[in-house]
Amino acid sequence: MSKLSQKHLLGIKDITREDIELIFDTADNFKEVINRPIKKVPSLRDVTIANVFFENSTRTRLSFELAQKRLSADVINFSASNSSVKKGETLLDTVNNILAMKVDMIVMRHASPGAPHFLAKHIKANIINAGDGTHEHPTQALLDAFSIREKFGSVAGKKIAIIGDILHSRVALSNIFALQKLGAKIMVCGPPTLLPKFISHLGVEVEFDVKKALQWCDVANVLRIQLERQQIKYFPSLREYSLYYGINKKLLDSLKKQIVIMHPGPINRGVELSSDAADSQHSIILDQVENGVAIRMAVLYLLAGTK
Amino acid sequence: MQKKLILDSDLLDLTISRLCQQLIENHNDFANSVILGMQPRGIFLAEIIHGKLTKDTKKDIPLGYLDSTFHRDDFRRRETPAIANETKVPFIIEGKKVVLVDDVLFTGRSIRAAMDAMITFGRPATVELLVLIDRRRNRELPIAADYVGKAVNTLASQRVLVELEAQGHKQNKIWLVNKD
Repeated sequence: MSKLSQKHLLGIKDITREDIELIFDTADNFKEVINRPIKKVPSLRDVTIANVFFENSTRTRLSFELAQKRLSADVINFSASNSSVKKGETLLDTVNNILAMKVDMIVMRHASPGAPHFLAKHIKANIINAGDGTHEHPTQALLDAFSIREKFGSVAGKKIAIIGDILHSRVALSNIFALQKLGAKIMVCGPPTLLPKFISHLGVEVEFDVKKALQWCDVANVLRIQLERQQIKYFPSLREYSLYYGINKKLLDSLKKQIVIMHPGPINRGVELSSDAADSQHSIILDQVENGVAIRMAVLYLLAGTK
Repeated sequence: MQKKLILDSDLLDLTISRLCQQLIENHNDFANSVILGMQPRGIFLAEIIHGKLTKDTKKDIPLGYLDSTFHRDDFRRRETPAIANETKVPFIIEGKKVVLVDDVLFTGRSIRAAMDAMITFGRPATVELLVLIDRRRNRELPIAADYVGKAVNTLASQRVLVELEAQGHKQNKIWLVNKD
């Protein structure tokens, strides 16, 4: 097995366990590369990549751009806020215009679920989904699972609780697919209004009490409350959410066991995670960020590497 | 498939001992020298040589593994992407005398890639190349080895098969294989 089963990375749902393991093994080598005195390798020097972001992003875009530059690719950046999209151009026209300038790969974030899947049907270039609405965020799930594998040696059999705004989270869905493919047990936890109906059909456990969820798990992946996606009120106030679902040092100490805290960022300090928990030795949040570059290098390398 | 034996176990031992003596002639006590085995197959030879040198000189000689996959020049020209192996260079190579070790020297392209990979760790004082088998007249780049176990004339279509005990084979044997 030395090749991904897909031409694109649209979602974790479409790839196999073998694909994930190949990405992890390649990322191990890239992690070594980005810790060298000279962190650059020439593999993608004849590849041009467009980062097309129709939605805001700091971490993901920087991480992708850095990964592309470490691989010596040529990079162009596009963000919707200062582009012709504002003048009424369609998605397909925008992307086809970019591709006409001889671009080989597209990294795209879009507010509409399924936007990268739509593009994949109409264009030839490799597409990497960097987040499509509330649907999937595959590279985030890969780097989360990679960080768990790095911490524990393996993902299989580990208990992972995903806590917070599951309803609006693409990270949650991709994480569930990725971790289940690798043999982990998943629990989702949050206020009933922020858990999608029928989520248990994905084979995950559902818990409404955050303390019970923490008691159960080896790893807690804490998600941000996505106020920008909430058109109606799902809970009375941030203060109340924080009181019932916020994770702090006191709560972690009361568990009488060591668990690992993860967060995909950006953190709303004092809401879902307090500063003393986010900065404690339980937290591997900054390792996740470092691993993000290695994972994205691996995905780019493996997708670009075929004729 | 026709196979012709190039080196048997006894002859291989002799050859490796000679290579070690040549290294000692040039590097004395290895005070400023390091050995880099090339992934994936050069590392076994590097380990054997490193073991012998440690025994003969009683010195702690740094040994590393170098993978050149990400520096290859055939990326996007193959059906599948080349899969990397572990790189482990736990010492500084800036200003050091580096001995690159590989099992077979063929087109010279992996050595070129390896030199690129190596300089991402610093600027060595000198770089030498040690190979067990030198396939003459098949070079595609101006690259030559400083220490050669055995030079053989081969056709481009033939293959050199290195079987070492360290790789899990019963006996150390090196073959020339005709593809048919």
